[in-house]
Amino acid sequence: MRQVSQQVLLLCYGNPGRLDDGLGAALAEALEESALPGVTVEADYQLTVEDATSIAEHPVVIFVDAALRGSEPFFCRPVEPKPSISFSSHSVEPENLLALAQKMFGAHSKAYALGIRGYQFDDFGESLSPKAEENLAAAIQFLVPVLRRSNAGEIAAALDALNVQGDDNGV
Amino acid sequence: MSDTPETRRIVIEPVTRVEGHGKVTILLDDEAKVKQARLHIVEFRGFERFIQGRPFWELPVLVQRLCGICPVSHHLAAAKAVDGIVGVDTLTPTALKMRLLMHHGQFLQSHALHFFHLSSPDLLFGFDADVNERNVIGVAAKYPELAKQGILLRKYGQEIIKATAGKKIHGTGAIPGGVNKNLSLEERDQLLSDIDQIMEWASGAVTLAKDYTLEHLDDLSGFGSFESNHLSIVRSDGAYEIYDGGLRAQDAEGNIIFDHVENEKYDEYLAEEVRSWTYMKFPFIKEIGPEEGWYRVGPLARVNNCDFFDTPEAEKECKEFKGLTDGKPNNITMAYHWARMIELLHSAEKIQELLDDSDLQGEDLVVTGERRDEAVGVIEAPRGTLFHHYRVNEDDQVTMANLIVSTTSNNEPMNRAVQKVAEDYLSGVPEITEGLLNHVEVAIRAYDPCLSCATHAMGQMPLIVELMDRQGRIVDRKIKG
Repeated sequence: MRQVSQQVLLLCYGNPGRLDDGLGAALAEALEESALPGVTVEADYQLTVEDATSIAEHPVVIFVDAALRGSEPFFCRPVEPKPSISFSSHSVEPENLLALAQKMFGAHSKAYALGIRGYQFDDFGESLSPKAEENLAAAIQFLVPVLRRSNAGEIAAALDALNVQGDDNGV
Repeated sequence: MSDTPETRRIVIEPVTRVEGHGKVTILLDDEAKVKQARLHIVEFRGFERFIQGRPFWELPVLVQRLCGICPVSHHLAAAKAVDGIVGVDTLTPTALKMRLLMHHGQFLQSHALHFFHLSSPDLLFGFDADVNERNVIGVAAKYPELAKQGILLRKYGQEIIKATAGKKIHGTGAIPGGVNKNLSLEERDQLLSDIDQIMEWASGAVTLAKDYTLEHLDDLSGFGSFESNHLSIVRSDGAYEIYDGGLRAQDAEGNIIFDHVENEKYDEYLAEEVRSWTYMKFPFIKEIGPEEGWYRVGPLARVNNCDFFDTPEAEKECKEFKGLTDGKPNNITMAYHWARMIELLHSAEKIQELLDDSDLQGEDLVVTGERRDEAVGVIEAPRGTLFHHYRVNEDDQVTMANLIVSTTSNNEPMNRAVQKVAEDYLSGVPEITEGLLNHVEVAIRAYDPCLSCATHAMGQMPLIVELMDRQGRIVDRKIKG
């Protein structure tokens, strides 16, 4: 079990071998270096069902993914559970995962999706495009002060206040 | 769906709960009979070219980018090949057992996910049950304990991978000639504390899959089923093996085609055919030829091919499995699920055995050898036999890479399954419902395909299902990203 002091879970996902699809992993790397207290950072190629257990252990969860389209440099919006689920692959959407965490593990987490706009996805490569790099920097600049707030309630309030809507088509 | 005298229009839900994406086309004649049904993979290959020019020692990490579903399998297959490049044929006991632990962790989590969360909705609710219930949330609502077991089995497997490979995205456990860490006592004790529960759940999963298969045997025997050859690696004594063994192929009757073939000679026995309508290749056994030489891989082939399991519980289940067909190969497509759960149980047993082995705390992690220019790494991935073949130049750069992934080997069998189910269930029916179409998906899902790495795909891969009239005109299609 995680310690009670862990207030926020950052679930960062995407494939760093597919150019801007690596935005989630890049943000995870940057925040791991920051070692923010009370913040758990996890990175994976995609969301999977067992992430539901980690979600249930944190009052605030932020899903971080590259966005195919939508607001620049990033968007941040609340995630609501969707119990009606349709898998298109082994991966799970944030809404479905939140529903699973509630149903199976009694999660009461407030959840948000942070979509960092990317541009290049259709090739193999391990670097971000210049514009995606800029968007990543902006997302980090926004996120770090928010995560430094003293408790989960304040963090959620700051995220609610931003609530920059965007197309949530992650990749 | 609506019908007109000339064409049939249909709204088709895409193939869901299959990793990656592809395209299913169903061609109907004037009497609504299925003339042809195919599973197409429409993306292009490129990963092998991407690898070229990279230093060979990067391969075990680099190839994980092929696929977010089975990065550990690619990691280990590449590591085995790179062992060959650095001239290492035998690892230290600690290195070998760390890799085996990682591998069985991968099998446990992959098989648990597939059975509990991708396939169990079909089995528990029925192939044509309401799609709003036939999903993992439906399972969680009606069978909460089962859904929970699935999640926690998978989580346990992931914890093993984390303890042996490090981070999920940048796993670096296997390195040229060995591993970069052992298992600490703290990590071992943590994993051991849950193993009894894992064993109990794994055993229950076999019972569930077995009972389901036997109770529905009349329906399942013919469902998407056909006779085929079977390919896998086996240990030198014929035991079930997933990491290091020779290639064995047998036909549908159990006659051995070849046995204990050294990994490096795989291309003397296997070839790949290209067909115009798909980018995914069709591997076949050379001596038989492309028409009849295709084969199944994965759980069904492995359980069929092995002489025995070297763990007691899996061996007991294997005997029962083989007893159903009097020791001959089982060619029932839906028996993949039962075989997969026997493998899950075996992996749980092996994990327990390995955790009790003090070699995992050894300090001798890496050996060196004399550099070679070419090597092949073959392992069994959860979905089937996985081949990594590399050549490198004097500057240590990769000059050639050839990968045959499990789903590619199952290409022909999946197409046969799609064709058979379409003929049996969709031909001539007045209305093709979502439930009927799900029968096609159920047959594909039995193979647990990973279309993403099968095609070395790039970017998003939508699945497209198309219905065509007898002239080949598309009368309806649905795309899902």
